[in-house]
Amino acid sequence: MNGLPASLLELIRRTSAEIPDDVQRAILAALEKEKKNTIAEDAFKIIQKNIELAKQKSQPICQDTGSVLFYVDCPPGFDQIGFAETAREAVTLATRKGYLRQNSVDSITGKNDGTNVGPGAPTFHFHQHRAPAVQVRLILKGGGCENVGAQYSLPSEKLHAERDLDGCRKVILDAVLQAQGKGCGPGVLGVCIGGDRATGYELSKTQFLRRLDDRNPIPELDQLEQDILNTANELGIGPMGFGGRTTLLGVKICAANRVPASYFVSISYMCWAYRRMGVTLDAEGRIANWLG
Amino acid sequence: MPTLLTTPVSEAQIRALKVGEAVEITGTLFTGRDAVHKYLAKGGALPPAVNLRDGIIYHCGPVVIKDDAGRWKVVAAGPTTSAREEPYQGDILRRFGVRGVIGKGGMGARTLAACQEVGAVYLHAIGGAAQVLAEHIKSVRGVYFFEEFGSPEAIWEFEVERFPAVVTMDAHGGSLHREVFEASQAELLKRL
Repeated sequence: MNGLPASLLELIRRTSAEIPDDVQRAILAALEKEKKNTIAEDAFKIIQKNIELAKQKSQPICQDTGSVLFYVDCPPGFDQIGFAETAREAVTLATRKGYLRQNSVDSITGKNDGTNVGPGAPTFHFHQHRAPAVQVRLILKGGGCENVGAQYSLPSEKLHAERDLDGCRKVILDAVLQAQGKGCGPGVLGVCIGGDRATGYELSKTQFLRRLDDRNPIPELDQLEQDILNTANELGIGPMGFGGRTTLLGVKICAANRVPASYFVSISYMCWAYRRMGVTLDAEGRIANWLG
Repeated sequence: MPTLLTTPVSEAQIRALKVGEAVEITGTLFTGRDAVHKYLAKGGALPPAVNLRDGIIYHCGPVVIKDDAGRWKVVAAGPTTSAREEPYQGDILRRFGVRGVIGKGGMGARTLAACQEVGAVYLHAIGGAAQVLAEHIKSVRGVYFFEEFGSPEAIWEFEVERFPAVVTMDAHGGSLHREVFEASQAELLKRL
């Protein structure tokens, strides 16, 4: 795995500086659709220019380079400890190079040592699979959008949301309303229905590994995804909450079993500066190909 | 055409601004976010070199590195969410005579009231547009509280040229954020 340090550094650089192609297409479509000569259209133009500039200059799309989340699919026997050590070094080097902001703060002392490495930073999610390939996906999730994530416990009397898919719809749309402006819109929702408080949020974030143009294989969830996307875009919240035609670029929902007493709906929000890239590694740890 | 603002900005010029108006700022911006606002609200003093009177605060935690010659270079510098400073902002506008706050997402009723009272505005920059906005930062004139608060939370003094933003809260009680929230909430109610 001699090639691993360079591969991870390159993965971090590209994830910070380049928007995935499916997200880029969705932003361009939203720009086309926006009412002309409005501050919403101007916002989209600046967003589009920013995407181009970041790629061209190989610099962060957004200064908040976020929580660093690694998702690794690997075969049994893969050295996860060694991978994590190398990844931490790559994160520190990427920070020195300005691909990442000095973004990790000791929650007790308030100190920021500038390495981006510490308890819980970066985060690793390893999954074994019965295949030889090692796939590494990286998500950089900014704090503004993380802060507008929400977890609802159903039933919610206040929102008249019961323990069914209509109740889920109500709380998810409430989250869209509350997030306006704060999470940089138009955004993407990752949702998990069910699970516990920890797994609900965790699974909601795995939805950001999906492509925006995919469809949910579960018909009920597919319908809910489309419904929420269309309804949210009728609310007039628009980019940055300026008012406008596109409030969300996508909605991705999964479900996990729950215990009878609990019914959580966990919602994570990803801003338009959607940073998600992935690679397949060869036996030497070099990048064999980029994942879509 | 955007309205051009040059720091220091006069009260009259600020009071003439209306919600929805595009502006471009030339002059000096001081960044300040969570740690700085909390510190100032608790009675903390500004470093002598930082003069906020008739100036503009930028809610921003930039990516700044040192180039080979040892000079600061701004790599990325978009706005952070302003709502977190709502408990502090009004008092800071009053105490330091600040004329403008740049951020994203807007702020609440207390800040809006302080804007009316002292003659200040909230200026919305495009969140996430760290590269476009960094292009308008011509130089770093200084950095304060770097050791205490860390790089993103420090006060950075930026020289800016035609830095783009939109007035979303004005000195007349107008708030685009309140308008859009109320309208979108009404639309949502029809669809539940």
